[in-house]
Amino acid sequence: MKDKFDYFIKTENNKWEVIIGLEVHAQVTSKSKLFSSSSTKFGGKPNTQVSLVDSAFPGMLPVINKFCIEQAVKTGLGLNAKINLRSIFDRKNYFYADLPAGYQISQYKNPIVGEGSVTLDMPYGTKKVGIERLHLEQDAGKSIHDLSPDNTFVDLNRSGVALMEIVSKPDLRSPDEVNSYVKKLRTIMRYLGTCDGNMQEGSLRADVNVSVRKEGEKKFGTRCEIKNVNSIKFMEMAIESEAKRQVELIESGKKIVQETRLFDTKKNETRSMRSKEEAHDYRYFPDPDLLPLEIKQSFVDNLKNKLPELPDKKKERFINKFKLTPYEANVLISENNISEYFEEVIKSADIKLAKNWIIVELFAVLNDKNLDIKDSPVSSKNLANLVNLISSGEISGKIAKKVFELMVQSGDEPSKIIKDKGLQQQSDPKELEKIVKNVLEKNLDKITQYKAGKEKLYGFFVGEVMKASSGKANPKLVNDILKKELKK
Amino acid sequence: MRTFLLFQRLLIKMNDLNDISLSEIIKLIKSKKISSLELANHFINNIKKAKKLNSFITTCFDQTIKDSKSFDKKQNFDGLLPGIPIAVKDLFCTKNIKTTAGSKILENFVPTYESTVTNNLWKEGAILLGKLNCDEFAMGSSNETSFFGNVVNPLENNFVPGGSSGGSATALAASLTPATIGTDTGGSIRQPASFTGTVGLKPTYGLCSRWGIVAFASSLDQAGPMTKNVEDCALMLEAMSGYDKKDSTSINRKKENYFKNLKKSIKGIKIGIPKEYRVDNMPKEIEQLWKNGIDILKKSGAKIIDISLPHTKYALPTYYIVAPAEASSNLARYDGIKYGYRSKKGNNLIEMYEHTRAEGFGDEVKRRVLIGTYVLSSGYYDAYYLKAQKVRKLIKGDFDNSFKKVDAILTPSTPSSAFKIGEKTNDPISMYLNDIFTVPVNLAGLPAISIPAGKDHKGHPLGLQLISKALEEQKILNIAFAMEKEIDFKQSLNRWWE
Repeated sequence: MKDKFDYFIKTENNKWEVIIGLEVHAQVTSKSKLFSSSSTKFGGKPNTQVSLVDSAFPGMLPVINKFCIEQAVKTGLGLNAKINLRSIFDRKNYFYADLPAGYQISQYKNPIVGEGSVTLDMPYGTKKVGIERLHLEQDAGKSIHDLSPDNTFVDLNRSGVALMEIVSKPDLRSPDEVNSYVKKLRTIMRYLGTCDGNMQEGSLRADVNVSVRKEGEKKFGTRCEIKNVNSIKFMEMAIESEAKRQVELIESGKKIVQETRLFDTKKNETRSMRSKEEAHDYRYFPDPDLLPLEIKQSFVDNLKNKLPELPDKKKERFINKFKLTPYEANVLISENNISEYFEEVIKSADIKLAKNWIIVELFAVLNDKNLDIKDSPVSSKNLANLVNLISSGEISGKIAKKVFELMVQSGDEPSKIIKDKGLQQQSDPKELEKIVKNVLEKNLDKITQYKAGKEKLYGFFVGEVMKASSGKANPKLVNDILKKELKK
Repeated sequence: MRTFLLFQRLLIKMNDLNDISLSEIIKLIKSKKISSLELANHFINNIKKAKKLNSFITTCFDQTIKDSKSFDKKQNFDGLLPGIPIAVKDLFCTKNIKTTAGSKILENFVPTYESTVTNNLWKEGAILLGKLNCDEFAMGSSNETSFFGNVVNPLENNFVPGGSSGGSATALAASLTPATIGTDTGGSIRQPASFTGTVGLKPTYGLCSRWGIVAFASSLDQAGPMTKNVEDCALMLEAMSGYDKKDSTSINRKKENYFKNLKKSIKGIKIGIPKEYRVDNMPKEIEQLWKNGIDILKKSGAKIIDISLPHTKYALPTYYIVAPAEASSNLARYDGIKYGYRSKKGNNLIEMYEHTRAEGFGDEVKRRVLIGTYVLSSGYYDAYYLKAQKVRKLIKGDFDNSFKKVDAILTPSTPSSAFKIGEKTNDPISMYLNDIFTVPVNLAGLPAISIPAGKDHKGHPLGLQLISKALEEQKILNIAFAMEKEIDFKQSLNRWWE
């Protein structure tokens, strides 16, 4: 990790700065669609979650889903943004087979959420990224071209699903910052329960705007928009390759044409989709089927009061109250479930030990098994018990690791495992004295060396004793006895 | 006794159900002087004999007979429309009954759902007779843009019934249905009512649910009743209106008892006469009609006040930006993908769209889709659509100001009586001018009623329009009720088409 920002496209003579703005499309977590009561569940059989409204039958009318409004307002509050008490739904007109009405209902000039910001933790410090706006819109259906050589099939299950389009200001300067920004957005929305951020299911996608300019220049270059990128990794790749393409063009004396491009993930390059001239004229106008959306300040205040503690606040608290490093705090707040787990464990266990056990041991297991922390085989209560057994000296760290492994396998609580497997600590001084004496008798030569000043050998004796006790010996007692015996 | 009842029934038929109102029919059915089945058969017979008028696109007589029989079996007179057969404009989606909106693109479309408004009628006991012809997607003022052919005015062959609810107006005037419902985006209820000597009311925007009505221009569309007299109008409005949570623009308020609260007393009421409605080249007959209306109101004790609605002249251009803009977007869904007509031509998606829409839509629809697409295009949006929205506010402001001084406004319904079939088909502008008195009301979202008020030199009916503040339907119904009695409009048709 670098502690200074250093992302430039460097060529022989120039250093190019990359300017990035993102339009993130986040699916609103809601059981039903934005304007109909159809289910939004992922993975249903094609065209089984489609109402007459979603398929635009004659005479059908949209009715706004109040829950989706709440979700958008909550998200706006999470982005420290201005909530617009009056917003307007517009029609965005274009023809496509998976757009049944021939228009998408969206918000154009008057979105529900205005300017806000998101703070990123970069290795070179915190960075504030401006939010331009957030608006609500419906998703289109899906055209399926690869099922038949002669036909295209249309699945309208997604048609009408509520999306939030979150538009950033052109404040991002590197793929790393984009990575951090998207992750931060996702964390905030997951905390709020407004978007599950599941990129595999298409719940989060982004249009990426990229332009370049020479370092130090004030004016923005001409931008290109890369449409519909559906993973953070692809966003990073697309930015890098698009920025390089633009630099090459400019340096060879050509001009950037403002256009919409697609990212080819296999070739790792962007290609033109349509130029500005070919761009659709969407003929936006206010949807006459829907009155302007007016919400009351009390509605907003009510949601504000019920807002959970958000990632930035929680991080601050974790650092101040629990003396975590910023890195540790970041890891532990990255998901609400993780921070809840952590706080549950430290209710009854030592913070320092607990955070290490979670960040190192538990995360390794969860990663390995690809599990969410809420499905962890080791419950927060069991982990707390384990930590307490360690801090009270009842088991050694080494034994604890063994116990933990068994906890992962069985889900049992640690004291049961210790009892069943006979892993209790050897704390009987007489027994330990026997083991110590036995070890020393076998290593008379090393005792001589030790007494002659080779004090390093002390660790060797401890290790041998532990080995002889299968790691169960109480380290403190071993210490006491060993020191006493060696003085003899 | 039995013989006596039979005799009485015979008498009713001889008196002719064709000449009595919906309210009178309801009295007959409630007093068991006639059955729902007899009524159904009467109207079915009339419809069968009226092919020349071309007012129906779809009939569902088997279902009508079945429904009327089941009504007769367990009579329930709790509803406002007990066992009454009614035909509706083919813009209302009806469950399992073909709904075309007068377009080839929906020629074989059968909805799996029922519009809220028609459902309200069925809940009040009404029975569906069939679906009435209309201009394609309700775009037209003469019912000549329908894919299913033009509708003929029962007053005289070769004359249009007006539009877009032309099938509704003709069917009502020719007694093919005792009452009906239409939709009014720029005058589509009031103008055909005026052309056929019937009563038509466009309610306040949001009073009747738009759910399940094929959309033309969403911010203007409103369903309303078309009836033979004002009393029937109040009754039908009461039956069809009401809050619907499925329509976000529906007004959430208690339902009113327009029928029960109907009264003729208009003493002291203030009526505004807008000077801007005296348009150039207005026929003398219309002037006279208006003057007669004013005199009648004066005689009934109303106070006449001259008012000004200064932005009236911008209403028509504003309307012909807003309505096509919304229509261009509303009609995008007819693309051949999900339902309705799909052209067999075309080698890819775009070509399929182009052929489907080129073959599926008629000229007037195409014209408005083109205008609408144009005025919403980037670079033109501000100059047209945005400007039109601003003017629309000014027009509404005119009305708001006037209603500080007056209770209602009286104007002619149309600048002329019914014109000849084909007379204006090649001149869209003169066709659009027909809506000059009705369009401002839609732009302002207000209620207005057209009542027959006189005849021109050819003996063709002419209508007067009463406009009130939003949600004051009762007020204009009451004024119309009083005027109706004084005007005593009579129209007898010789049923030349039978």
